[in-house]
Amino acid sequence: MNVVEVEGLRKEFKSYSSRSGLAGAFRDLFTRNYQVLRAVNDISLHIKKGEMVGYIGENGAGKSTTIKMLTGILTPTAGRILVNGMNPHKEREKFVRTIGVVFGQRSQLWWDIAVQESFRLLKKVYKVSDDAYEAHMGEVIATLDIGPLLDKPVRKLSLGQRMRCELAAALIHNPPLLFLDEPTIGLDVLVKMKIREFLKEINRKYQTTILLTTHDLADIEALCERVVLLDEGKIIYDGRLDQLQKNWVEGKQIHFEFHHPVERHALIELSGGADVKWRQGERCNEWIAGIEGDEEAVSQLMSRVIQQHPISDVKVNQASTEEIIRNIYEEGLTHG
Amino acid sequence: MGNSAVYLEMIRIRFLMMLAYRTNYYSGILIYSINIGAYYFLWQAIYGAQESIQGMDAAQMTTYVAVAWMARAFYFNNIDREIAQEIQEGKVAVEMIRPYHYLGVKTMQGLGEGLFRLLFFSLPGMVVIWLAFPITFSDNFAVWGFFFISILFSFIVNTQINLLTGMATFFLLYNTGLIRGKRVVIDLFSGLLLPISFYPLWAQEIMQFLPFQAISYIPSMIFTEAFTGTEIYQALGIQLFWAAVLIIPIQLMWVLAKRQLIVQGG
Ligand SMILES: Nc1ncnc2c1ncn2[C@@H]1O[C@H](COP(=O)(O)OP(=O)(O)OP(=O)(O)O)[C@@H](O)[C@H]1O
Ligand SMILES: [Mg+2]
Repeated sequence: MNVVEVEGLRKEFKSYSSRSGLAGAFRDLFTRNYQVLRAVNDISLHIKKGEMVGYIGENGAGKSTTIKMLTGILTPTAGRILVNGMNPHKEREKFVRTIGVVFGQRSQLWWDIAVQESFRLLKKVYKVSDDAYEAHMGEVIATLDIGPLLDKPVRKLSLGQRMRCELAAALIHNPPLLFLDEPTIGLDVLVKMKIREFLKEINRKYQTTILLTTHDLADIEALCERVVLLDEGKIIYDGRLDQLQKNWVEGKQIHFEFHHPVERHALIELSGGADVKWRQGERCNEWIAGIEGDEEAVSQLMSRVIQQHPISDVKVNQASTEEIIRNIYEEGLTHG
Repeated sequence: MGNSAVYLEMIRIRFLMMLAYRTNYYSGILIYSINIGAYYFLWQAIYGAQESIQGMDAAQMTTYVAVAWMARAFYFNNIDREIAQEIQEGKVAVEMIRPYHYLGVKTMQGLGEGLFRLLFFSLPGMVVIWLAFPITFSDNFAVWGFFFISILFSFIVNTQINLLTGMATFFLLYNTGLIRGKRVVIDLFSGLLLPISFYPLWAQEIMQFLPFQAISYIPSMIFTEAFTGTEIYQALGIQLFWAAVLIIPIQLMWVLAKRQLIVQGG
């Protein structure tokens, strides 16, 4: 049986707008103008026990809205949801005992009291026995390395420290299903790695099912075999991550870092007949050429460019996941 | 009833939080003392040579003022403002993923706050006031018993009104005005500043039909022994009545609020 069973899930938000002027305000009293925004548009999703699924998409794609519906915070406008065999709204109290949730943007710990007081409270809330708590949380605290933070109030923790505590707090009742909405937002590389290791570990040990949203594709690469790609409320890809890489971009990326500013048209001229896409890089005077073709084409392009424009650095690599996702965001799935 | 452990824990945690911020209370003690002192001298002046007004003598009035303020420390809480803030910050939505009742938790937090103030504020405060002003304490244990039952009801009724005001944030854009207005109304109509029996008759008639007297007037009248015999039972009956009746609008409002929350996302 699937842990998450979602069929034709839809969420519409009504946003009211006010008319201008006094007459408008008066009319607003009787009939208000509103627009309907379809944040999640008829998605179907099935997740098996023990899967780790990456849920990605641009800002505003509808990821958080989906998670809120799956956790019972929002009701769907239409569709069927079954999570852990339950309708999140019908049996709220029973249902929420079977899930763990972390919203990276929002703290769920009590701000003014020590972390361990929050833990103690949650232990009571979820009716965890002393033995189960000691055995399970002892390990969680050790793995996340938060022992020294336990007697500090949450408001005095740094973001990374707090996030590790949030994660631990979501696991106090050792739920079989975990929803993580941007759990690594704003964290440094070391903390991110610690969190990834930790998630892998609990997934291995308890077969915990994890649905994770993030804008850091390295999280997905490290954790998830399966990705679900959301665009304007619709699922545009659901499958293996490596398949996505194979299907959508072939060829290579060449990163040039020039000594001087270079114009796009100058570079396009140098491309000759080859199928090259030029894109400005993040660094100063950096240009990235996406080229479809064999090694011959790559080396020809490189030599032509380097002869014309002095460079300080050049790199050739396979398109990264980030590159691929960017491509999909920018050009949609029709391309490639 | 496994949930009672949770609610006890909520009280404990709020108690700890208050302890962490206890310095805030030193100023509170000062403000309360000034209030009590000011009303004491005011009433002294009003009574002048008069033996009694509206059936209360000057000593009873002094006791009334002192106990009314000390009881206020117990029943008063800020959960209306807290609820409003948590609604505006979207925290209430997230509370829906916890296996407990949000309003129940808020009430327990209010109780934790009240117990803290009762122990660390009212009790020492009462001793100070007893030393400073001529206050008469009853030597009748039953009166003390009735008084404690009565301030428990004060807490319940006041908290219920706070829950309603706090939840109004779901439906109003700006709730600060309502919260502030409610505070003034309670201080005025609950009998904190002036015993209800001192109001003009027509005003008393109206106040009879409002829940506010259950908050301050009744426990203070019991403590000063201005209520005796069946009057006490009647007064407690009024408190019980309001505590029961107010559950209805709270439930209604919560159902509406929850619908708004889960459909529109707060
Ligand atoms: N309560 C709400 N009322 C009205 N519109 C909303 C509400 N919540 C979300 N939306 C809209 O729904 C869309 C999806 O929002 P959502 O938060 O799900 O995006 P997201 O994929 O999580 O984005 P991000 O990556 O920025 O977190 C957005 O256009 C947003 O403006
Ligand atoms: Mg989001």
